[in-house]
Amino acid sequence: MTPLAVVAWQEFRNDLRNRWVLAATGLLAIFALALAFLGGAPAGTTGVGRIDLLVVSLASLSIFLIPLLALLLSYDSIVGEVERGTMLLLLAYPVSRAEIVAGKFLAHLGILLVAVTVGFGSAAAALAFTGDAPGTAEWAAFLRLCITSVALGASFLGLGYLASTMVTERATAAGLALGVWLLLVIVFDLVLLAALVAFGSDIPPAAVEAALMLNPADVFRLANLAVGGNVSEAAGMVGIGAELRLPASALYGVLALWAILPLAGAWLLFRRREV
Amino acid sequence: MTHPSLALTGVSKSYGSVHALNDISLQASAGERLALVGHNGAGKTTLFKLLLSILRPDRGEIQVLGKSPQAARAAGSIGFLPETIAFDPAMRGIEALRFWARLKGLPGSVAEEAMEKVGLGEAKRRPVRSYSKGMRQRLGFAQAILGDPHLLLLDEPTTGLDPAFRRIFYDLIRERAEAGASVVISSHALSELEAETDRIAILGGGRLLALGSLDEIRREVRLPVMLRVVPGPCRSSDIAATVAPEASVTRRSGEAVELACEPEAKMAVIRRLAGLGEGVKDIEVLPPSLDAIYAQVTAGRAP
Repeated sequence: MTPLAVVAWQEFRNDLRNRWVLAATGLLAIFALALAFLGGAPAGTTGVGRIDLLVVSLASLSIFLIPLLALLLSYDSIVGEVERGTMLLLLAYPVSRAEIVAGKFLAHLGILLVAVTVGFGSAAAALAFTGDAPGTAEWAAFLRLCITSVALGASFLGLGYLASTMVTERATAAGLALGVWLLLVIVFDLVLLAALVAFGSDIPPAAVEAALMLNPADVFRLANLAVGGNVSEAAGMVGIGAELRLPASALYGVLALWAILPLAGAWLLFRRREV
Repeated sequence: MTHPSLALTGVSKSYGSVHALNDISLQASAGERLALVGHNGAGKTTLFKLLLSILRPDRGEIQVLGKSPQAARAAGSIGFLPETIAFDPAMRGIEALRFWARLKGLPGSVAEEAMEKVGLGEAKRRPVRSYSKGMRQRLGFAQAILGDPHLLLLDEPTTGLDPAFRRIFYDLIRERAEAGASVVISSHALSELEAETDRIAILGGGRLLALGSLDEIRREVRLPVMLRVVPGPCRSSDIAATVAPEASVTRRSGEAVELACEPEAKMAVIRRLAGLGEGVKDIEVLPPSLDAIYAQVTAGRAP
């Protein structure tokens, strides 16, 4: 095994033992199943499929829960090990700082992958077995949701590591992570909305679009809810989708950048950090 | 050509305005046990971090096993025991050790052997949280000797160890040194180091204050040699008169008299005491201990 694989595997095992995987999966599964069975009522007999509706509900859930989970997993990663004194020993081994960050990232990504696949998958499976078989398009939308959810998680993992490398105390990192969550998940949209209400048509659509790209949660929302098809209809975002000039592939690209850049930033900071 | 296991030439390292290490030149050869002593904050841990390439020196050159510190670390040739050793408390002892072994590219069986060596064979499947401080320290030592490294860096290794394991620990160190490894031990347990190391480096205020074998440093520091004399029928004042002016009485304890003299005058003083015949029952020579040398060398120096 390469040092990177050794670090990733050990981190995953520790998280498995510390019930992180169980907690994350359980949380997502409970919410997803609740939404699947209770959230379908308002659809009545519209043409929207049940999986489509589930995707809309789960996307809204993901925006809140996945970043929170990712930040909880990552905020302690670097500063916690430095504080406990385990990082000094780890750095004395033939493993580079890049391998340490990447190994932790892969392990945490694995946890998010398990949580999303099992959590969301159980809801989708429950729906598929209790009603009409969903069509290919519905499954495609569901798959997209799962993949982009993990990508959303990846971007917040990176932001969490960034918080973890910037400070010298775990408590500060926790506060910073919470701040990141509040800012990107709650405050950002409120400010944008306030600006749109206040200045309305004075703001060119391109500027709104650019602003949305600055927040991975919004990129995720657009990638799932505004790319056309039944999901957009169910989400009530057809209008926005039509005005959006960015193709879906560009949104995926931006989300991928959001997954990579904070991680790279964390590595650069960690490289210069004295342990 | 054989390289010294570690060679520092004019190495300096500062943290902001604090000079952690200032122009340090130091070598250790294969099979040598080097003691690193100094106050807390004297730069011992910084020196270890430099040797492990966790820090880079501001000035000077460092060679570890004939390579750069990065290359030596990447080759897995260095074993390190940090001052405070921490493990994930939920991990079993053997699991922690297997992780470290795999990081060095070693098979899991090496971890089992190391567990046995440090006497944790019975406790290897227990979670680390159930280990006593001494057992954790032993586990820490076990990870340091994984893969028989050519250079062992041990920061305060005997803290928390019971006297029985302390003995085993120093035996294991000797075994590693006899196999050709260099061992650098930083410790405050000076009396232990005195017997268990070949050379001593005293650091203070980031500078190397003394370096050499205990005898060499003794000669350099020129602390007086103490003689403990138990008089026979003669009076202690006779003894004082006999050894003057080379030696003087420093104190009387019980029936014994303690004398202090220059190292060079030691034999002359002993001969004169022997001349008293039955007047002297016993003579004990007490060379200056490492504690006394350390106090003398670092006197007046802040860490």
